[in-house]
Amino acid sequence: MASESQGAAEAAASEGGLVFHPMDQFIVKPLFGGDAVAWYTPTNVTLWMALSILAIVALLVLGASKRAIVPTRSQSIAELAYGFVYKMVEDVTGSDGVKYFPYVMTLFMFIVVSNFLGLLPMSFTTTSHLAVTAIMAMLVFLSVTIIGFVKHGIGFLSVFWISAAPLPLRPVLALIEVISYFVRPVSHSIRLMGNMMAGHAVVKVFAAFAPLILISGIGVVVTPLSILAITAIFALETLVAFIQAYVFAILTCVYLKDALHPHH
Amino acid sequence: MEVEATQLLVKGLAYVGAGLSATGMGGAAIGVGHVVGNYLSGALRNPSAAAGQTATMFIGIAFAEALGIFSFLVALLLMFAV
Repeated sequence: MASESQGAAEAAASEGGLVFHPMDQFIVKPLFGGDAVAWYTPTNVTLWMALSILAIVALLVLGASKRAIVPTRSQSIAELAYGFVYKMVEDVTGSDGVKYFPYVMTLFMFIVVSNFLGLLPMSFTTTSHLAVTAIMAMLVFLSVTIIGFVKHGIGFLSVFWISAAPLPLRPVLALIEVISYFVRPVSHSIRLMGNMMAGHAVVKVFAAFAPLILISGIGVVVTPLSILAITAIFALETLVAFIQAYVFAILTCVYLKDALHPHH
Repeated sequence: MEVEATQLLVKGLAYVGAGLSATGMGGAAIGVGHVVGNYLSGALRNPSAAAGQTATMFIGIAFAEALGIFSFLVALLLMFAV
C-alpha cells in the first residue's frame, strides 16, 4: 500500500506535480506565437478586452438602437443595466453626482462583461490581473481626489477631520482616515482581482475533480456528485462575477460622494 | 549542498506560510456572515426600511471581504513570489 502511493507520488512528480494546473489559465500569451510580450504585443488579454468592448457595444448600441416601445430582449437588458447603474449613482452620491454617471456606467459595464466572458470555458479573465484592475482603481482614486480639490479647494482636507467625534479623538481619527484613504486604491483593485482569480481557480479545481475521479474505482458513484458540485460552484461564480462589478461601481460612487460632500 | 538544503527549507516554509495565511479567510467568512446576519435580523424587524440599506450591506460585505482577499494575496505571494 505504502509503495503503491509512493509510486503514484513519483509518477505525479515526474509529470510536474499536479496533473491539472488550475493557475495556467491566467498566463498571458502572445496571440501570434513567440514568447516575448512587449507593450504593443497582441496577447490573449487584449483579445478578451476587445471582445468585452465589442459585447458592450453590441448590447448597448446595437441592442438598444431601435428604441422600440415594446423592447426586445437585448434592449430590455440594456435598459435594465442603464437604470440599475443610474439608480445606484443617484442613491449613493445624490443628485449632483449624476453627471459622473457615464464614468461609473463605463466601469461597471466593462467589469461585468469581462467577468462574465471570463466564465466561458477556455476563455481568459482580464479582470483577474492586477495590472488591469489597478489601473482602473488608480484612475478612480486620482479622479476622485482631483474632483474633491477642484470642488472644495483646500477644504477637501476636511474629509479627514471628523467633526462629529470628540475633539481629543480627532487627530487620531485623522491619521486613521489618511491611511484608509490611501489604502483605497489597493483594496479597490485587489478585491476585484483576488475574487476573480480565486473564483476561476476554484472553478478549474472543481472541474478537474470529475475526470480525475472517473478513472478510479469509485468514480461511477462520485463523478455525478462532482458534476453537481461544479454546477453549483459555477452558479456561485456567476453571482460573484456580478456582485464584484457591483461592489467596484458602488465603491466608486462612495468615493465620489466623499469628494463631493467632504464634510461629515 | 548546504545552500541547496536551505533553499528547499525556505521553499517548504513558504508553502507552510501560504497554508497558514489561508486561515485568514475564516476571519473574512465570520465578518461577512456577521454583516449579512445583522442585516437580515434588522430587515425582519423593519422590512420597509430594508430595501434602502441593501447597498450599505454590500459595501460592508466588500470591506469585510477585502481583508480575507488580502490573506489570499499573501498566500499567492508566498507561493509564486518567494
